[in-house]
Amino acid sequence: MSGGHSAEHHDPAVAFEAAKLGVWTFLATEVLLFGALFTAYTVFRLKFPELFHAEHEKLNRVLGAVNTVVLITSSLTVALGIDAVKRGKARLLQGYFGATILLAGVFLCVKYVEYSEKFHHGLFPGTNIFFSLYYMMTGIHGIHVVAGMGVLGYILVLARRGRFSEAYYTPVEMSGLYWHFVDLVWIYLFPLLYLAG
Amino acid sequence: MAHGSRGGTAVYLAVFSALLALTGVTVLVSYIDMGLMNVVVALLIASGKAALVALFFMHLKGESRLVWGFALVPLLFLALIILGTLVDTQLR
Repeated sequence: MSGGHSAEHHDPAVAFEAAKLGVWTFLATEVLLFGALFTAYTVFRLKFPELFHAEHEKLNRVLGAVNTVVLITSSLTVALGIDAVKRGKARLLQGYFGATILLAGVFLCVKYVEYSEKFHHGLFPGTNIFFSLYYMMTGIHGIHVVAGMGVLGYILVLARRGRFSEAYYTPVEMSGLYWHFVDLVWIYLFPLLYLAG
Repeated sequence: MAHGSRGGTAVYLAVFSALLALTGVTVLVSYIDMGLMNVVVALLIASGKAALVALFFMHLKGESRLVWGFALVPLLFLALIILGTLVDTQLR
């Protein structure tokens, strides 16, 4: 109580814990953002089961699976990058985060191919409720992938400037939490949209 | 601040392999028509994958109860939102 302004933030371990709770709180709002879409999906799926079944077969299961593998791999490279910096291998961190950003780019390219193919076949966001949800859910997820590339790119720039070491890697760990969350959302989007319509 | 362990890489690779295997299983199972069970199985596998990512990649495994609370309470709210909405739309 007495005289402890923000003295606790000078303790790196406490600052690390505080940052972590901050990111988890942000992720809570993200759960609710995507949660609203998952709720809409559930409601309309129960209302129009035949439509969902017929329409989901128009999605490319193989491309969806490829993108799932791409995102899982990108989560692995983030985890290995954080593990590297914890062990004092800051250069290795740069390699792993560079690879992650590259994989995120691959994910977006595959998504572009999928969207183009759907547009070519006349399947637009306004075509029916299944495709409205498909474009809305994968689109908002895609925006998160782009944002993640920005965050990871910023961390990569800081890492190149030698800002991180085994003694200080708080922003690296925080960017990782966000990226894994983006992967988590796709882990649910893939089966719900591509596999079990 | 837990320090990275030498075994860390091996654990991450094992989790990665499990995630790939589960992705393969969920794709294969989707070709078998089981009616409503398709969604149930797909969601169970997805939740298994989500648990692996959260526990190991997001380091939830070694976290304090406080962080666990921050991670799990939003899921409770999500369940309430979905159930509350369904009570309305299904029983109207």
